[in-house]
Amino acid sequence: MLTQHFPALLVVVPLLAAPLIVFVRRSLPSWLIALLATTITFGIAASLLAQTMSGGTISYAMGSWEAPLGIEYRIDVAGAFVAVIVAAMGLIVMPYSRVGIATEVRSEEHYLYYALMMLCLAGLLGILVTGDAFNLFVFLEVSSLATYVLIAMGRDRRALVAAYQYLLMGTIGATLYVIGVGLLYLETGTLNLADMATRLVEVGDSRGVLAALAFITVGISLKIALFPLHLWLPNAYAYAPSPVSAFLAATATKVSIYVLMRYFFTIFGATEVFDARATGAILLGLSLAAMFVPAVVAIFQHDMKRLLAYSSVSQIGYITLGISLDSVEGLMASAMHLFNHALTKGGLFLVLGGVVLRCGGAGFDRLAGLGQTMPVAAFAMVVGGLSLIGVPGTAGFISKWYLVSAAMHEGQWWLVGAVLASSLLAVIYVWRFVEVAYFRAPPADHPAPGEAPLSMFIPALAMIAGCVYFGIDATWSSEVAMRVAEVLMYNPGVGQ
Amino acid sequence: MTEDIQLISLLLTPLVGMLLLALAGRWPNLREAITLITAVVLFSESLKLAADVLGGARPGLTLIEMLPGLTLRLAVEPLGAVFSVISSGLWIISTLYSIGYMRGNKEKKQTRFFVCFAGAIFAAQGIALAGNMLTLFMFYEAMTLITYPLVTHHGTDHARNSARTYLGVLLGTSIAFLLSGLLATWVIAGTLDFRQGGILVGHLGATGTALLLVLYMFGIGKAALMPFHRWLPAAMVAPTPVSALLHAVAVVKAGVFTIVKVIVYIFGTDNLMSLGSADWVPVIAGFSIISASIVALRADNLKRRLAYSTVSQLSYVTLAATLLAPISIVGAIMHIAAHALGKITLFFAAGSIYTAAHKTEVTQLDGIGRRMPWTMTAFSIGALSMIGLPPAAGFVSKWYILSAAMSLEHWLAVGVLVLSTLLNAGYFLPIVWRAFFREPPSAGDAHHDAHHDAHHAAHGEAPLLMVFAQTTTAAMTIGLFFYHEPVLRLARAVAGAF
Repeated sequence: MLTQHFPALLVVVPLLAAPLIVFVRRSLPSWLIALLATTITFGIAASLLAQTMSGGTISYAMGSWEAPLGIEYRIDVAGAFVAVIVAAMGLIVMPYSRVGIATEVRSEEHYLYYALMMLCLAGLLGILVTGDAFNLFVFLEVSSLATYVLIAMGRDRRALVAAYQYLLMGTIGATLYVIGVGLLYLETGTLNLADMATRLVEVGDSRGVLAALAFITVGISLKIALFPLHLWLPNAYAYAPSPVSAFLAATATKVSIYVLMRYFFTIFGATEVFDARATGAILLGLSLAAMFVPAVVAIFQHDMKRLLAYSSVSQIGYITLGISLDSVEGLMASAMHLFNHALTKGGLFLVLGGVVLRCGGAGFDRLAGLGQTMPVAAFAMVVGGLSLIGVPGTAGFISKWYLVSAAMHEGQWWLVGAVLASSLLAVIYVWRFVEVAYFRAPPADHPAPGEAPLSMFIPALAMIAGCVYFGIDATWSSEVAMRVAEVLMYNPGVGQ
Repeated sequence: MTEDIQLISLLLTPLVGMLLLALAGRWPNLREAITLITAVVLFSESLKLAADVLGGARPGLTLIEMLPGLTLRLAVEPLGAVFSVISSGLWIISTLYSIGYMRGNKEKKQTRFFVCFAGAIFAAQGIALAGNMLTLFMFYEAMTLITYPLVTHHGTDHARNSARTYLGVLLGTSIAFLLSGLLATWVIAGTLDFRQGGILVGHLGATGTALLLVLYMFGIGKAALMPFHRWLPAAMVAPTPVSALLHAVAVVKAGVFTIVKVIVYIFGTDNLMSLGSADWVPVIAGFSIISASIVALRADNLKRRLAYSTVSQLSYVTLAATLLAPISIVGAIMHIAAHALGKITLFFAAGSIYTAAHKTEVTQLDGIGRRMPWTMTAFSIGALSMIGLPPAAGFVSKWYILSAAMSLEHWLAVGVLVLSTLLNAGYFLPIVWRAFFREPPSAGDAHHDAHHDAHHAAHGEAPLLMVFAQTTTAAMTIGLFFYHEPVLRLARAVAGAF
C-alpha cells in the first residue's frame, strides 16, 4: 500500500523534485515540477492529518530498520497539523512564484529558486515527521541552508547581509541544538525521541539533562526568533524575494515552535520543564517582552515589510505565551495562533508582494495613496491588519479569544490585560499603514496603476479570505487545535 | 422558517443595498433611489418585526457555530425591536437629508459615503438583533470600523487626527475592557446568551460583579461615559448627516442600548440590586451629565455644543439603567427613543444652517430665525425635548427617570436631573433667543466673514429636502409625547411587569 509510506513520501517527494529541477534548469519546466511536487506533498500532508485525527500516531521505520536502531518516522496530529500548514503554504506560494519572482530574481537563477524552495519544504516537513533527534537536526540544517540562499536571492544588495546575518545566528542556533542533543545522548544512550522520553524519566534529575534543556531551548529559540533572539528576522523578511518572505513568515518559525513544544512537553515532560525549573517563568517573561517591545518598534518603521516582520516577532510572543501557561488551554491557544498567524502573515506578505511589484518598493513613500492606485490590495492589507489586531470576524480574534480564556482558566488575570494591551499596539502599527494608504497622495513617479497580476492576486486574496473565513467559522480549526494540545499535553513519550 | 427569513432579511437588506450602491456609483440619481428604497424596505421589515414582538413573538435564529459551544445568533426581544425601528426609521429621513446636504455642499466621494452609511445601519441592525453578547460584540466592532471612513470623509489632516481619537477610544475601550469583560463572563457563566434575569446570578460575588461591571460600563465606549467620551466631539469633524444619524442615533444609541442590554440580560437588575455592585455607576453617570453640560455651556461651536449635549444625554440612559428599578429601565428605553428624535432634529438644523448660511458658531446666529424660520422652529422643538419640557418627547422619559429616582429616594440622581435640566436650558435657550429675538448683524459688523456674506447675504432656508427632514423629526418629537404607547409597552416587557 502506498498510503503506508506517506510519512516518508512527505519528505521524499520535494527532496527528489529538487535535483530534478536542477537537471531541467529551464524556468517553466522547473516551475511545473515544483508545482506538481507541492500539490502531491499537500495531498499527502492532508491525508496524514485525516489519518492522525482518527487513528492516533503513525510510526514508520525508515528502510524497515526498526527503532531504536533505525530512524523512525513518527507523526501524530500535532506534527500533521503543522505539516498541513507548511504544505498548504508551499502550494499557495508556487503558483504565485511564477510572476512573483520574475522581477525579483534573475531569470538564470529561477531554477535555483524552485530547487531551493523544494529543499526548504523537504527540510521543514522532515522536522515534523522524524522521530529521531539527530535526524531532526539534519532536516533543520537542510531547511536553513536553503533559506539562507533564498534570502540572498533578493534584489536588494542588503539581502546578502541579511542572509549572512541569518546564517550566523541560525548556525549558532543549530549548533546549540546539536550540543543539547549530544548531552541527551550521553545521558540516555538513544537518539530516538520516544525512547529518549521514557529513558529520561529513569535518568531523572541530572546536570546533563538540565544543560541539554538549556542548550536546546536557546538553540531553538534562535530559530523561532523569540525576543531577544530575533535580530536576524526583520532583515531576512525585508530583503528576501516576496514569495520567500511570505513562505518563511508562515512556516519557518512555526515549525521551530513545534520543535520547542515537542521537546518541552513530549521529551522532557511538562513537569520537568515547568515545575522543577524556572523555564515557565523565563518563557513567560520573554513572551511578554516579545509582545510589547517589537510591537513598539513596528510602530516606528517606514517600510511595510519591516513593519510586518516586527509584527511577526511580536505575534510569536503570543504563541510562546500560550506554551508558558503549561495547560491544555494554553497549548490550544498556541496551536490556534500558529495556524491563524500563518494564515494572516502569509496572506499579508503575499498581498504586499503584488504591491511591491507595482509600486517598486515597500517603503511608505512608495505605498502612499495605495487606496487609490490599488484599492483591492489596499483593502486586503487592511483586512489582514485587522486580523493582526484581532478584530472580531477575523482569524486573529479567535486566537486572542482562546489565549485570553486560557489565561483566565489559569487564574492569571493580569495576563488578560497584557494580551489586550498588546493588541492596542497592533492597532497603532496597522493604522500607520491605513493612514499612508488612504490619506496621502500617490508618489508622482508612480507607474501605471492597477492591481497585481492575477496569478499573484488570487493566492493572496485567497489567504486573506481565509483570515475572514476562519474568523467566522472556527469550529474546524479549534477542533484540530484542541486535539493537538491534548496530544502534546497528555502523551509524554509519544503514545507509550 | 418565515421567522428565519424575516430576521435574515433585516441584515441582508442593508447589505444588498451596500452592494447595489457601490455598483451604482456612476449614476447619482439611481444611487440615491437605491438608498431610499433600501431604507424604506428595511423600515417596513423592522416595523413588521416590532409588531410581532408586541404580539408576544420572540423569533430567534442561529447563524453559524463560530467556536465549539459558541454561536453567532440572532434573537429578538422588545429592546432590540425598539432600536431596530429607531435606526431604520431615521435612516429614511436622514437619507433624504443627506441627499440635500451632500448635493448642496457639493461633497466628494458621495458613493463611499452612502455605502458606509448603509454599512453602519447594517451594523446597527446586527446589534439590535444580536442573540448573544458575542454576536453583539462583532457588530459593535464592525460599526466602529465602517463609520471610520465617514468620520474621515473630508480626508484632511484635521479629519485624520480626529478619526485617530475616534478609533483609538472606541477600539481601545472595546478591546481592552469590553472584550475582557466578555471573556470573563464566558469563563465564569459558561454562556453569553441574553436571558431575562441575567446569566451571572449566583456565579459571582459583589466585588467580582462590581469589577466586571467596570469592564462593561467603560468598555462600551459608544455610550461615552466619562472619561471615555472624547471620541464623540472628535467625530463632529464628519459631515453633518453623519453626526446626525450616527452620532445622535446609530452609534451612540448602540452604546446605551448595549448598556441596557447588559444590565438587564447579563447582570440582571435584581441581581445587581441585591449585590449592590452597581451603586457607583449613577455617580459616574451623574458626573458625566453635569460636566458635559458645563462644557456644552461654554462651547461656541454649534456642533461641539450638540456633541457635549449628547455625552450628557447618553449618561441619562446609563444613569436610568443603573438605578435598576423597572420604572427606571422603562425611562432608559424611552430616553433612547426620545433623545434620538430630538438630537437628530438638532443636528439636522445645524447642518441646514451650515448649508444655507455657512455658519458654524453660536455667536454667528443672531437673527437667523427670521431667515430660516422652519429650521429654527425645528431646532427649538429639539431643544425643548433635550431640556425635557412638554410637549416634547424628552419630557416623557425624564418623567419616568425622575419618578424612579424619587421612589428609590436616590437623591443624588434627583439632584443631577434637576441641575442638568437647568444647564440644558442654559445652553439651548440662548440659541433660540439669539435666532429669533436678536437683530441680524449688519454687514459692517461681521467683517471677518465678509467673504461668506458676499455669497450668502441673501440666504434663505436650506434646500427643501433638508427642511422636510428636520420638520418631520421635529413633528415626531412632539408626536412621541402624545403617542408613546407602543414604545412604552415594549419597554415594560423588557423591564418585567410592573
